[in-house]
Amino acid sequence: MTLFGDVARWFADPAHYQGSDAVQTRIFEHVAVSGLAVLVGVLVALPIGLYLGHTGRFGLVAVNVANIGRAIPSLAAVALAIPIAGTLLGVENGLGFWPTFFALIPLALPPILTNAYVAVRDVDRDVIEAARGMGVSESGILGRIELPLAMPLVLAGMRTAAVNVIATATLGALVAFGGLGRYIVDGLALREYDRLFAGALLVALLAIAAELAFSAFERAAISPGIRPRSERSEDVARSGG
Amino acid sequence: MRPAIRVAIPFIVAALVASACGGAGTSGGAKPAITIGSTNFSEQLVLGELYSQILEANGYPVTRKFNLGSREIVFPALQSGQIDMEADYLATLLAFVDKTATGSTDPKVTAAALQKALTPKGVTVLDYAPAVDQNGFVVTKATADKYKLAKLSDLAPVASQLVLGGPAECPNREFCALGLKSKYGITFKEFKALDTGGPLTVQALVGGQIDVALLFTSDATVALRGFVLLEDDKQLQLSDNVAPVVRNEYLTKAGDDFKKIVNSIAPKLTTAELTSMNKLVEVDKKDPKDVAKEWLNKQGLIK
Repeated sequence: MTLFGDVARWFADPAHYQGSDAVQTRIFEHVAVSGLAVLVGVLVALPIGLYLGHTGRFGLVAVNVANIGRAIPSLAAVALAIPIAGTLLGVENGLGFWPTFFALIPLALPPILTNAYVAVRDVDRDVIEAARGMGVSESGILGRIELPLAMPLVLAGMRTAAVNVIATATLGALVAFGGLGRYIVDGLALREYDRLFAGALLVALLAIAAELAFSAFERAAISPGIRPRSERSEDVARSGG
Repeated sequence: MRPAIRVAIPFIVAALVASACGGAGTSGGAKPAITIGSTNFSEQLVLGELYSQILEANGYPVTRKFNLGSREIVFPALQSGQIDMEADYLATLLAFVDKTATGSTDPKVTAAALQKALTPKGVTVLDYAPAVDQNGFVVTKATADKYKLAKLSDLAPVASQLVLGGPAECPNREFCALGLKSKYGITFKEFKALDTGGPLTVQALVGGQIDVALLFTSDATVALRGFVLLEDDKQLQLSDNVAPVVRNEYLTKAGDDFKKIVNSIAPKLTTAELTSMNKLVEVDKKDPKDVAKEWLNKQGLIK
C-alpha cells in the first residue's frame, strides 16, 4: 500500500525531528496538556467522588452533573474556551495551550468522579460496620478501608480519562495549539496524507501507551487480596467509562 | 392477470411521463441545476451567494456547497464534477494550477494565461472583476514602530525574530511563505497555522502569539483595527482579480444565457464594493446571504 510506504518515509525523514514542528516537540506538548488536564481532573473529581461515595448522599446528582462533561461536543468546548481563556488570562493566552487545557478538563472529570463514587459505594457494608464497631473514625474508614478497596476502579477511571483526553487533545490544533493534532489538521489542509496519518498513528500509540502504563501501575499498586473484584460493580463502572 | 395489468397501467404511464420530463434542461425551458462551491473564508461566502442568488433569480436551481476547505480541496472538487463553479482569483489560481506559469500585474495577461492553463482541465474562467483580493502581510502598529516596518523589504533583516501566522497552506504557496523567501529573502522564526485570514489570525496578532499575519487586502479589519499593511514593494502579489471558474461540461448544457447572467456581476464588483461587503459580514456580523441580496438589489442585478 503506497500510503503505508509514504508514512514510513515520513517517519524516516530526519527533517521531521527538527525545528518547531518536530515529532518530539509535538509529543511533549500533547503529553503536557493531556497530563495537566487529567491531573486537574484527579485533584477535583477524586476527593469529591470519594467523599460522596463515603457519605452516600448526592452521589447520583454529582455523577449526572459530571456527565455533562461527556455530552459537550469537544469541538464546541474548545471553541467556547477561546473567549473564556482570553477573558480570564488576557488575549495573549486566548489561543493555544489554555483554551485546549480548559476544554479538556470537563472530559477528564466524569470517569474519575463516577468511578470513585461507585467504587466507594461498593465497598462491602459489613467491613465498614465492623470498622465502626472497632471505633475507627469516619476519615479513617475513608482513608484506610474504602480508598484501598476502591483503588482498582479509581485507577480504571483515571485510565479512561487519560485515554479520552489524549485522543481529544488533537482538537487543540484548531485553536493554534501544537500537539499531535497539528499533524492531523495541517495534513488535512495541505492534503499531505502521510503527515495526517503519521499524526493519527502517533495519537493512537500515545493513547495505547497511557492505557498500558496505567494497567501496569494498577497491577503494581493494588494488593493481590483486593484484586478479584465483584463482577457486577466492575461492569457498572466500566460500562459507564 | 387482468386486474394486475389495470393496476399497473397508471404506474407505467407515470413512469413514461417522468422519464420524458427528466433530464436537465431538456423540457419546458428548465434551467440545468448547478452546484456552486466556495473555499473557507468569509469573502468566499459572499461571492458564492452573489453568484447563487443571481442565478436563482433567473430560474437556475442552485445547490450551495460553501466553506469546503482550502483550494487544495475545492479545485479538485471542481475538476471531478462535485461542484460546477466557484469564485477564484486570477493570479493565485494560475500559480496553483500551473506552478511554472508566470502571472502578471496586468489582469488581462493573467486571465489569458489562466485560461490557457485551465483549458486542458475542462474549466473556463469567465469575466474578471476590477475587485482585487491579494495576500496582505500585516503587523500591529506597535510592531511596525518597533522594527520600523513600512514595506515587506523592511522585514528581511528582522524576520528571523518574528513569527508568521496564516492559513496552513502558506508554507507551500508561492504568494505566501515561499515567495517571501525567494523574492524578499524573508525567513521567519516560526510559522503558526491558524485560519484563512479570519478571526483566529486577527486574535493571534492582537494577542501577540504571532508578529506578522496574513490577511486579505479586501479585509476591512486591517483599517478598522489600525493594523499596518506592509507594502508589497517587490510586487510578489500579482493581479488577483475575482473571477468565477466553471466546468465546461456545465457550460455546454447551460448555454449563453448563463454566461451573460454571471458576467453581469463583474463590471460592478470593485475592490471598494467587495471590501464594504466584507466589513458587513466580518465586523457587523451580518449574514452573507443578506449582504449579497442587498448588494445585488442595489446594483439593479436582481429585483
